[in-house]
Amino acid sequence: MTARYLLRFTALGYLAALLVVPVGLVVQRAFADGPGDFFKAITTPEAMHALWLTILIALIAVPANTVFGVLCALAIVRRRFRGHGLVNSIVDLPLALSPIVVGLALVLVYGRNGWWGSWLIDNGFQVIFALPGMVLATIFVSLPFVVREVVPVLREIGDEQEEASATLGASSWQTFWRVTLPAIRWGVAYGVVLTTARALGEFGAVSVVSGRIAGRTETMTLHVEERFQSFDLTGAYASSVLLALLAVATLLAMTLLRREDGT
Amino acid sequence: MSSVAQPVPRPLRRRRDATLSLGVTTGYLSLIVLIPLAALVLRSTEGGAQAFWDAVTEPQAVAALKITFLISLIVVLINAVAGTVIAWVLVRDSFRGKSIVNALIDLPFALPTIVAGLTLLALYGPKSPVGVNVAYTTSALVLALLFVTLPFVVRTVQPVLLELDRDMEEAAQSLGATPLQTFRRVVFPNLFPAILSGTALGFARSLGEFGSVVLISGNQPFKTEVASVYIFGQIESDNVTGAAAVSVVLLVASLAVLLAIGGVRRWATRHDS
Repeated sequence: MTARYLLRFTALGYLAALLVVPVGLVVQRAFADGPGDFFKAITTPEAMHALWLTILIALIAVPANTVFGVLCALAIVRRRFRGHGLVNSIVDLPLALSPIVVGLALVLVYGRNGWWGSWLIDNGFQVIFALPGMVLATIFVSLPFVVREVVPVLREIGDEQEEASATLGASSWQTFWRVTLPAIRWGVAYGVVLTTARALGEFGAVSVVSGRIAGRTETMTLHVEERFQSFDLTGAYASSVLLALLAVATLLAMTLLRREDGT
Repeated sequence: MSSVAQPVPRPLRRRRDATLSLGVTTGYLSLIVLIPLAALVLRSTEGGAQAFWDAVTEPQAVAALKITFLISLIVVLINAVAGTVIAWVLVRDSFRGKSIVNALIDLPFALPTIVAGLTLLALYGPKSPVGVNVAYTTSALVLALLFVTLPFVVRTVQPVLLELDRDMEEAAQSLGATPLQTFRRVVFPNLFPAILSGTALGFARSLGEFGSVVLISGNQPFKTEVASVYIFGQIESDNVTGAAAVSVVLLVASLAVLLAIGGVRRWATRHDS
C-alpha cells in the first residue's frame, strides 16, 4: 500500500516539477502586469502578423500532409511493391531527425547557392527566406503523423469490405469515399490533430529557412524567441501563453478523439 | 453469377489506382525528404573525404557531438525509469484527476519546443522563484530534454501494461514472490521491448533537439553547446560544409536508431507468438 502511494507521488511530483509548475509560472508571469499588457503584447503588428503567418502555413501544410498521409498509408498497407520497407522507414525519418538538419537540407536545394535555388530565384520564385520554404520545412517535420495513425487502422479493418464493394461494381473512388474513408476517419482525425500541433509549434527548421525577418517571415515560435532576445519578457510570455492555449486545445481534441474511437 | 458489365477489367483498374497512390507517395517523399537529404550528403562530401573528416573532427564539433550523445544517454536512462513509473501509475493506480494527468503526458508533444525552453527557464533560471538556478549548465540541457522526451516511454509502455495479463502476477505472488520479485521476473520482461523502443525514440529526439535547449543552455562551445546548436551556428557563419558534415553524423545516428527500433519491434513480435 505504501509502495503504491510512493509511486503515485513520485510520478505526480515528477510531472508537476517538469510540466505543470513551469507552464503555470509562465501563465502567471504573462498576466503579472495585468491583462491590459498581455493584450497589448499579443496585438502588436509583429505578433499579429506572426500569428497570421503561423495559421497560413498550417492551412497549407496540414491538408497537404493529410492527403499524402492517407495515400501513403494506403500504399503501405494495401499494395505490395519493391522498396516497401524503405518507404516505411523514410516516413519515420522526420520524427528522428533534427529540425536544424531539415532546415539546412532544404536550404541546400532551394537556397541561393542550392541545386535549384538560383534558377528559381532568377525566375522570380523565392523559396528560402520566404513563405514557400517555411511551408516546405513545416510539411517535412509534420509528415509522419497522418500516415502513422492511419496505417494501423487500415491493417485492423482489413480489405474484405473494400473487396465486397469492388465486387458489387463500385469504382475504386466510390469504394474509397463510401467504405474506406468512413472506416478510417477517427485515425485520420487524430493524425490531423497531431499534424496541426506540430505545424503550429515548429521552430528549428523554420528558424533556418525563414531568415527571421520580424513582420515578414516570423512565425509565432520565432516571435517568442525574438521577444525574449530583445529582453521583452512580457511579450515573450504573452505569445507563449497563446501557443500554450493552442497546445491545450490539442490535448483536448486528442482526448475527445480517443474517447470517440473507443480506445 | 450475373454478368455485370464492367467498363474496365478490374485488375487493370486496380493497377492504375495503385500507380496513383504509389506515384504520389514516392513523388512527395522524394521532393520533400529525399532530394534535400541527398543534397545534404553530397554537400558534406563536396571537398572529398578528407574535408568531411576535417569538418567532423573540428574540436568544437567533436565537443558538441560528445555533449549531445552523453546528455541524450543520461536523459534516456532517467526517462526509462520515470516513464515506466508514470505508465505504471496511470494504468494500475486510480485517483481523482487521473484522466487529466493522462492527457497532460502529451503536453510536451503539443507545446512548441521554444515555449518549453522558456517555461523551464522561468522556473529554473536566474529569476527562479524557488531559488533553483541551473541556467547555462549541463543540468539545464538534461532538464530541457527530459521535458520534450517525456511522452515517449510512457506512451509505448502504457498500452503494453494495459494488455498485460494479471493472472501471471497473481500466480507469482501466490507462489510467494515479493512484489519486487514479481515486477522483476514477470512484469519487467514483458515491458522490456516497449521500454527499449520508447527509450530509443527519446534518444533520437534528444540527439536532434534544438528549440527547447537554445534558450536555457547558453550555447557555450565545449560546455553546453549541443550538435544542433553547433550546426545552426555554422550555418549563420556561412560554414555550410561544416554544418552539412555534422548534420550527416546526426542523420546517420537517426537512421541507426530507427533501424534499431525496427529490430526491437520484430524481436518483440517474434517472442510474442
